[in-house]
Amino acid sequence: MKSGSRLERTLEAGHFAFTGELGPPQGANVEAVRKKASYLKGIVDAVNITDNQTAVVRMSSWGAGLIAIQEGLEPNYQMVCRDRNRIAMQSDILGAYAHGIRNMLCLSGDHQQFGNHPMTKGVFDIDSIQLISMVKGMRDDKKFLNGDEIDGAPQMYIGAAENPFAEPFEWRVHRLAKKIAAGADFIQTQCIYDMKMFRDWIRQANDMGLTEKVHILAGITPLKSGGMARYMAKNVSGIIIPDEIIDRIVQAKKAAEEGIKICVEQIEELKEMKGVHGIHLMAIEWEHRVPEIAERAKLIPRPQV
Amino acid sequence: MIVAERKPLDEIKEMVKGFKKVLNVGCGGCTSICLSGGQKEVGLLNEELKNALAQGNAPFQIDGFTIERQCNADFYSDLDEIIKPYQAILSMACGAGVQFLADRHPSKPVFPALNTIFVGVDRDLGWFEENCRSCRECVLGETAGICPVTRCAKSLFNGPCGGTSRDGKCEVSKDTPCAWYEIYKRLHEQNRLDNILKVKPAREWRNQTRGTLIQEAFKSRYAK
Repeated sequence: MKSGSRLERTLEAGHFAFTGELGPPQGANVEAVRKKASYLKGIVDAVNITDNQTAVVRMSSWGAGLIAIQEGLEPNYQMVCRDRNRIAMQSDILGAYAHGIRNMLCLSGDHQQFGNHPMTKGVFDIDSIQLISMVKGMRDDKKFLNGDEIDGAPQMYIGAAENPFAEPFEWRVHRLAKKIAAGADFIQTQCIYDMKMFRDWIRQANDMGLTEKVHILAGITPLKSGGMARYMAKNVSGIIIPDEIIDRIVQAKKAAEEGIKICVEQIEELKEMKGVHGIHLMAIEWEHRVPEIAERAKLIPRPQV
Repeated sequence: MIVAERKPLDEIKEMVKGFKKVLNVGCGGCTSICLSGGQKEVGLLNEELKNALAQGNAPFQIDGFTIERQCNADFYSDLDEIIKPYQAILSMACGAGVQFLADRHPSKPVFPALNTIFVGVDRDLGWFEENCRSCRECVLGETAGICPVTRCAKSLFNGPCGGTSRDGKCEVSKDTPCAWYEIYKRLHEQNRLDNILKVKPAREWRNQTRGTLIQEAFKSRYAK
């Protein structure tokens, strides 16, 4: 075992993993974190705690992650390269590990232009692949990025994101390979709506032997309304929503219900797909619907590992 | 070339108001080429300042003088004399030129009339684009002549990120090509994708302290 986290134990035992997501509040509202956590406890193997997502200032990922631990959830500590240099990153990783955080997700981060401090100075001292490599070096070589010995090396289970739905499509599987080479243990993908494109990507990953080296969790975000579907399809770079999915949501009498139905169908399909080792459900500000989705998609009860 | 653009008139006015006799020094180098700080622009700015500041009884004199380059002492011989009677100096050079002028005449208040914006190229007549961040460790040989530090909004070395749009544009703007999409395309055409298959390790940022360069042949000349 690398970190011994529940997520690692679940995946290493060959179970189909299920992770969720919790977006920290725009403030120190502890109860808001506890409330969101309460919907996910016992439902997911681990929960991603987002790191100032969309570049909007929120409670820190490790801070909200500690509350999640108190609530009986295992956090997956997200860290973006936008806001910290290598000194702050390594320091935060030590602190997070010291307090019991055992999983990390290494990301570039949404550009600061999208957030609520659009003219801040973006850091981007290292990129997401270099971050993966740094966390692996801290864990396996017990060394900081500069080569200095670490007194108490943090043993993190290392995650990365990959997006099969952004150009250049034919390069995406190679970028996955780079993330694995850098040290990623598991991958959570961008939200999938175009199953055909995803199948193509996972087939390439299978053909290259990558799915034997890394655990891929397929990313799913339930669509709540026709407006949300149209907005995401049009405005969010790197997300592709086929017309038939948009039509289903738009034409449905109860859009939210149809969104959940689509989501459950997708999960059923993904469970059968070679090379997919789990689901990462990003129910954005919809944490309370996760238990229902999990139940309908037969993802619970979770295996005890 | 260093590209600069003129500051708003109100900002320049704020800097020089209160001085009765101001010299506006143009630069015949980069800022002249990018149509921001040459002889012609000195004349235009001075007219605007006269109209704005020389009103009523308040006397305001502004004159212009353009030297070939503000970043080299060889071009200052005439200016050093001309500058003497003026209370304050405006400079239409880049930030480097403004500082060179200010260091040479430390008793005079020197004000920048331009904002220096980037190291770039002429895209077309009067249209300039940033291409270099002077990072001091050029990787263009590996990235098909496209700079990831300057042209990727996140300065990624192992791009592209997940935000590339379907038409190969950056997530920050529909008008900005994704640098890594372009790098991929060009390397693919050159059959050199091997260049970016390997993980590029974290780099040393060498531009975090002020740079100095003495060419090898001159090292003995400046040895202390």
